[in-house]
Amino acid sequence: MTVNEQPQAPLLEARGLTKSFVATQALSDVDFTLYGGEVHALLGENGAGKSTLIKVLTGVYRRDAGTILLDGVEIEPGNPRHAQELGISAVYQEINLIPTLSVAENIFLGRQPTRFGLLDQRAANRQARELLKAFHIDIDVTRELSSYSVAIQQIVAIVRGVDLSAKVLILDEPTSSLDRHEVEILFSVIRSLKKRGIGIILITHFLDQVYEISDRITVLRNGQKVGEHRTAELPRLRLISEMLGRELTDELSSQDKSRARTESEYEDFLEVRGFAHHGKIEPFDLELRKHEIVGLAGLLGSGRTEIAHLLFGIQRHDKGHAFINGRRINLSSPQKAIRQGFGLCPEDRKAEGIIDALSVRENIILALQAKLGWFDYLSLKRQRELAQEMIDALRIVTPDAETPVSQLSGGNQQKVILARWLVSNPELLILDEPTRGIDVGAHAEIISIVKRLAKEGKAMLVISSELAEIVDYSDRVVVLRDHKKVTELEGDQISENMIVQAIAER
Amino acid sequence: MSEQLIPRLRNRVVDPRPGRGVWHSHRAVWTVLALLLILIANRLISANFFSITMVNGRLIGSLITILDGSAPIMLLSIGMTLVIATKGVDLSVGAVMAICASAAVVMVNRYEAGATEFYYTPGVIILLAVGLGALCGLWNGILVAVINIQPIIATLILMISGRGIAQMITSGQSPTFTNDTLAFIGRGVLFGLPFPIYLYLAVLIVVFLLVRRTALGLLIESVGVNARASYYAGINAALVKILVYMVSGMCAALAGLVIAGEVKSADPHKNGEFAELDAILAVVIGGTSLSGGRFSLVLSALGVLIIQSLLTGLYVSKLHPTANLVVKAIVVLLVLLLQSDEFRNRLTRLVRRSS
Repeated sequence: MTVNEQPQAPLLEARGLTKSFVATQALSDVDFTLYGGEVHALLGENGAGKSTLIKVLTGVYRRDAGTILLDGVEIEPGNPRHAQELGISAVYQEINLIPTLSVAENIFLGRQPTRFGLLDQRAANRQARELLKAFHIDIDVTRELSSYSVAIQQIVAIVRGVDLSAKVLILDEPTSSLDRHEVEILFSVIRSLKKRGIGIILITHFLDQVYEISDRITVLRNGQKVGEHRTAELPRLRLISEMLGRELTDELSSQDKSRARTESEYEDFLEVRGFAHHGKIEPFDLELRKHEIVGLAGLLGSGRTEIAHLLFGIQRHDKGHAFINGRRINLSSPQKAIRQGFGLCPEDRKAEGIIDALSVRENIILALQAKLGWFDYLSLKRQRELAQEMIDALRIVTPDAETPVSQLSGGNQQKVILARWLVSNPELLILDEPTRGIDVGAHAEIISIVKRLAKEGKAMLVISSELAEIVDYSDRVVVLRDHKKVTELEGDQISENMIVQAIAER
Repeated sequence: MSEQLIPRLRNRVVDPRPGRGVWHSHRAVWTVLALLLILIANRLISANFFSITMVNGRLIGSLITILDGSAPIMLLSIGMTLVIATKGVDLSVGAVMAICASAAVVMVNRYEAGATEFYYTPGVIILLAVGLGALCGLWNGILVAVINIQPIIATLILMISGRGIAQMITSGQSPTFTNDTLAFIGRGVLFGLPFPIYLYLAVLIVVFLLVRRTALGLLIESVGVNARASYYAGINAALVKILVYMVSGMCAALAGLVIAGEVKSADPHKNGEFAELDAILAVVIGGTSLSGGRFSLVLSALGVLIIQSLLTGLYVSKLHPTANLVVKAIVVLLVLLLQSDEFRNRLTRLVRRSS
């Protein structure tokens, strides 16, 4: 369902944008059209190519192929500053302003002398006040920026961007740290920008806001454009299926899952009652059982990783209790969670998983050694045995156990982190996006390892954006939406359609 | 197959551990080579540089002088190596030397003046001084690991206040002392060699066993490379950090006692002045990266010897003393360039192109 050509000429038109990095194709042949005076939502899951597209448009990256036309003229933004001069400004989630300078100084930073010859603070203050007033924001512009709320800081950043002659304004997750009232203020600013004919590209993971403010939507997935729609004509269900890469069908259960395991085989392990962390995840109950794989589904930012972090003690829960065999347990740090037999393969493998300068062997024995303590040092011989055992069992491709783990491919690094937990023999494994950024072969292997571990009696909690994958291995699926657990699907209920519907319901 | 080959070819990462990979990628090779070159240069400057003679049951010679003079910084380098391996730095060691030496000298003078309490006996005084060093380290460790202040700032606090604390201990004086036990630590001779050399070797062996015969060394390296991932793997990163700063504090206490023993006085200003900078430099020359990770206690000691041999050579040479610091800086730069893979690669390419 593509939108018919609008009467006016496009403000920004990108054709066939392509960008690849060493190992991945981040954008392939993407078209994108923005009209003046519209809010255009750019949607997609992690790795869909949203930020690459933005970075190509603002000159952070050089495109490999394709053309960008602004007002019908081909442009070649070389860096963000150049893009700004051309009329494309971006405001990011982390505000790129200087908190200790005044609001006015921030708005005019780097431009004062050329305007006034000498620094004319009073004129700058007056102009800043006028600029903000145009958006019905009346604040003391001489106060430090940091003394204002994030919303005001965000708006100051927008005013600065717009005053830099913007024709196109890109807002990257502008509302993720704002409350409802602040979002209203921001939206009223966006609406007045629309009236001025500025084209706005909005990236957000709040679908309610997409429907509230945007005129059109472009959906990206795996570096490709999968759809361009008028917001009013796009049902929410269809949007989510496009984002998650799932064609809607009429039958409820699209896959015939033969579930070998039965209820009786499961063995209770962890019971969580009313776990919550204010502002991150609302209270939820969760039971995890041995021999069972529980899939955690939801859009990016729905609270999936937060649940993993609460269970593993990385983020402290501020409400609720956890029990094993009816006994209350303390999950206030990773060390304590590990003592209860938990293991976590984190989402960001490089920053939170591997210790890159250490060898495969050292990475594999690390958690076990940490558990044993300093003085119960595994002999080098035992370390080598354990590492070799895991290299064979998980088919880790590495020259030998002494190779630095940084030299392995992503899939093999993921296996090393899995191995790290397996040698310490956990009861519960939490895997956060275990297959992200992994090539196809290793992908299938990781999934078969997940299934095997459940068969061997581990309790498994697996987070994934890949619906097909979740449906394939899950015995139960917990669905999250907007920081809230909305439902649990079991047995025949588990299908991509059901998950998409649960995410879309409101 | 492709998984195995491509990353190997793409980033020619060399295992930073001594004893692995091709010979010229070993940091140890270049550190030893640099030391040898400086020793040879010394020999060219003074003909009897390598000669060692026995005088009154005591070995005399430039090499012995270098070892003896290196001992305080070598002691510091042990603790500093561990701290730097955790991606930290300890700027306070010089000040901690002054604090502990001042306390020991003040106490030993009370003992000499007739104090009879058991804690005023020289043996106990030395233990208390080392304990005081550990306490200073604990303070640094808590600031870094619990309160999460950047190491350079956290230890700067004690670096600055420490000299003041030392002056308060000595009431603003630089007291001298006569006690032989305390003096022995700095100027004693055992089997013909200066005592500080034995002290250093003893501490090196104890710490080496502590880090390499337990899991501590691995955990230190792990925390230094990636503190967050280490925490997720169940390592008590805070405890590891506190411990290394405590080791550093104890090493500083002993180094302070060596200096005090040498000059038979406690000088709150001069004891350990700029010692932290030489210790950091030695650790870096020894190949432990300031960004944390792999470390070698022995290579750090070689780093100290490089600095000390260089200084000795400069004193003996006819060079005007005012040039010493500049020459020292140039030679240190050359040593670091020699160790840099990047620099050697560029140099090789340059030589190839011109030939």
